[in-house]
Amino acid sequence: MATIALKDIAHSYSGESNKPDDFALKKLNLTWKNGGAYALLGPSGCGKTTLLNIISGLLVPTRGSVIFDDTNVTRLATEQRNIAQIFQFPVIYDTMTVYENLAFPLKNRGHNKNEIKPRVEKLAAMLGLEQNLFDKAQNLTADAKQKISLGRGLIRETVNAILFDEPLTVIDPLLKWQLRSQLKQLHKQFNFTMIYVTHDQTEALTFADEVVVIYDGNVVQVGSPEALFERPEHTFVGYFIGSPGMNIVPCAIEGNRLKVHEHEIALNRSYPDIPASAKLELGLRPEYISLGDDTQAGLPVTIKKIADIGRQKIAKVALGETLLNVIVNEKTEITGEKGRIAIDPTHINIYVDDNRVEGTPL
Amino acid sequence: MIKKQTNQKAWFMVLPVFLIVAFSAVLPLMTVVNYSVQDTFGNNQFFWAGMSWFTDLLHSERFHDAFFRQILFSGIILAIEVPLGIIIALAMPKKGWGVPVCLVSMSLPLLIPWNVVGTIWQIFGRVDIGLLGHTLESMGINYNYVLDPFAAWCTVIIMDIWHWTSLVVLLCYAGLCSIPDAYYQAAKIDGASRWSVFRYIQLPKMNRVLLIAVLLRFMDSFMIYTEPFVLTGGGPGNSTTFLSIDLVKLAIGQFDLGPAAAMSLIYFLVILLLSWVFYTAMNNVGQENKGEN
Repeated sequence: MATIALKDIAHSYSGESNKPDDFALKKLNLTWKNGGAYALLGPSGCGKTTLLNIISGLLVPTRGSVIFDDTNVTRLATEQRNIAQIFQFPVIYDTMTVYENLAFPLKNRGHNKNEIKPRVEKLAAMLGLEQNLFDKAQNLTADAKQKISLGRGLIRETVNAILFDEPLTVIDPLLKWQLRSQLKQLHKQFNFTMIYVTHDQTEALTFADEVVVIYDGNVVQVGSPEALFERPEHTFVGYFIGSPGMNIVPCAIEGNRLKVHEHEIALNRSYPDIPASAKLELGLRPEYISLGDDTQAGLPVTIKKIADIGRQKIAKVALGETLLNVIVNEKTEITGEKGRIAIDPTHINIYVDDNRVEGTPL
Repeated sequence: MIKKQTNQKAWFMVLPVFLIVAFSAVLPLMTVVNYSVQDTFGNNQFFWAGMSWFTDLLHSERFHDAFFRQILFSGIILAIEVPLGIIIALAMPKKGWGVPVCLVSMSLPLLIPWNVVGTIWQIFGRVDIGLLGHTLESMGINYNYVLDPFAAWCTVIIMDIWHWTSLVVLLCYAGLCSIPDAYYQAAKIDGASRWSVFRYIQLPKMNRVLLIAVLLRFMDSFMIYTEPFVLTGGGPGNSTTFLSIDLVKLAIGQFDLGPAAAMSLIYFLVILLLSWVFYTAMNNVGQENKGEN
């Protein structure tokens, strides 16, 4: 168990370079607390797996250092870091039984049989593999195989952290849900540091105490699921988290008046320090817009399309030329083309050149 | 329940293939069967001989010796080429400019026609003008494949290793390249030794290509003819007379068509039997791997 710190980490697959474009991971600083559950969230190809491989030692970063507690492990080999990693596809040793698979990491580290046996049996029971303990691992289903991979990570009780690289990709949706809650339970039980890479926001938000959102090699936000939802620090986060994502609308601000096209909204904050040349945008969650008929107060919109997604409806409305997504309660009846939207000013986020500005309360 | 429909008319579709196979394989084979139960003194006159050629052959010391030599030869070259092929494949680079260099140089021996290979080694090993033979001679090592059976065997075996190890290498290399990186990474994380990586990841993943390699090498070596024929002509004495060389001597050299036909059939059946054994073995491994996907 250890606190893991990444100091000024940057990585380029083509070696040291002056061009920022060569870097799959741009300069980043992160600290993972002992026993925490973290998720690395981002679209495919954003550098999540690179970061994971740097922590586990499969990659040596081009710049910066990896520190476990007080030890610099940047150049230490994987096997000396005491890290477990579970990959996207189940990795099992075909010719071994389930028991041998689970015992393998311990055997390699010179533990004796009497010590290995109770631990393997205990773990197999926890993972629900006790029935198959002496079956050949290669004959099992994909989810059982992934449990074996997971088990090989959990069998060493002293691991510094367990890294998950999209481990549930090959699992059926129902089993995925089961495995996920099982994993959560194991985390509570063992209290290992867990770093979980995924591009699935539901997975990240349900799993983690803290989510790290990576976009194009940069960490754009580190925060709790709630913070990511309420106060996305970057327009990408707003857009990426939530379904549908945040509405990002170009706007202008004068004092505490927000201008979108010819419409004005009163703000409860002021933003005095905005440079004139900057790109100014308004971020608005579809959940925080209420759509009503033409008789109500609010900004006039044209209703373009309504999609029923079960418990909610998503309305696509046009405010001037700007299209907005609005989430409407299933029971609300919407008729006609004209409507009005009301916006809750407390849930408005203002972005200057894609980064959120806090503003000062009035 | 839906009954499976049967349509016997489909057999007509198979007819052309059946005819081709009949003309290319079955009829020539039947000619051999015909010869094997008769005796002829020329002039197209045949006399019924029954099973006598078969019984004679199965009791002939000459056949036993050739058969034993053949088994020994195949055994030796398999025992050397398969491990050697694996070792070379493991040592080959997985990326960079070394890959095409290795692949091309590995393929070169496979591209040379058999009789040329025989000629190359025939000259290479000659004591008077050959690089190998002359060097060994001047180092004081008594090497002469024309006179010494042991030297002849060594030369034939080294020639075969030179010619065919590449095939094993290429197959194993293909097998190795298909192993996803995650396996090696997981092994690192599990703290596996180099030997464990080979024993528990690389070898099981190469299983199938290895069986194909063994099968191909076994069949080819069991039927080897051209190279030793060019190199030693089966000598000195009969020391490198393998089954196929012996068969040609019997059929064309001595013109004993009956015994030669009987020998062909037995030779054929032995190869068929061994192929079946390998095929079954491969299938069993395939069944075991069925759960994996």
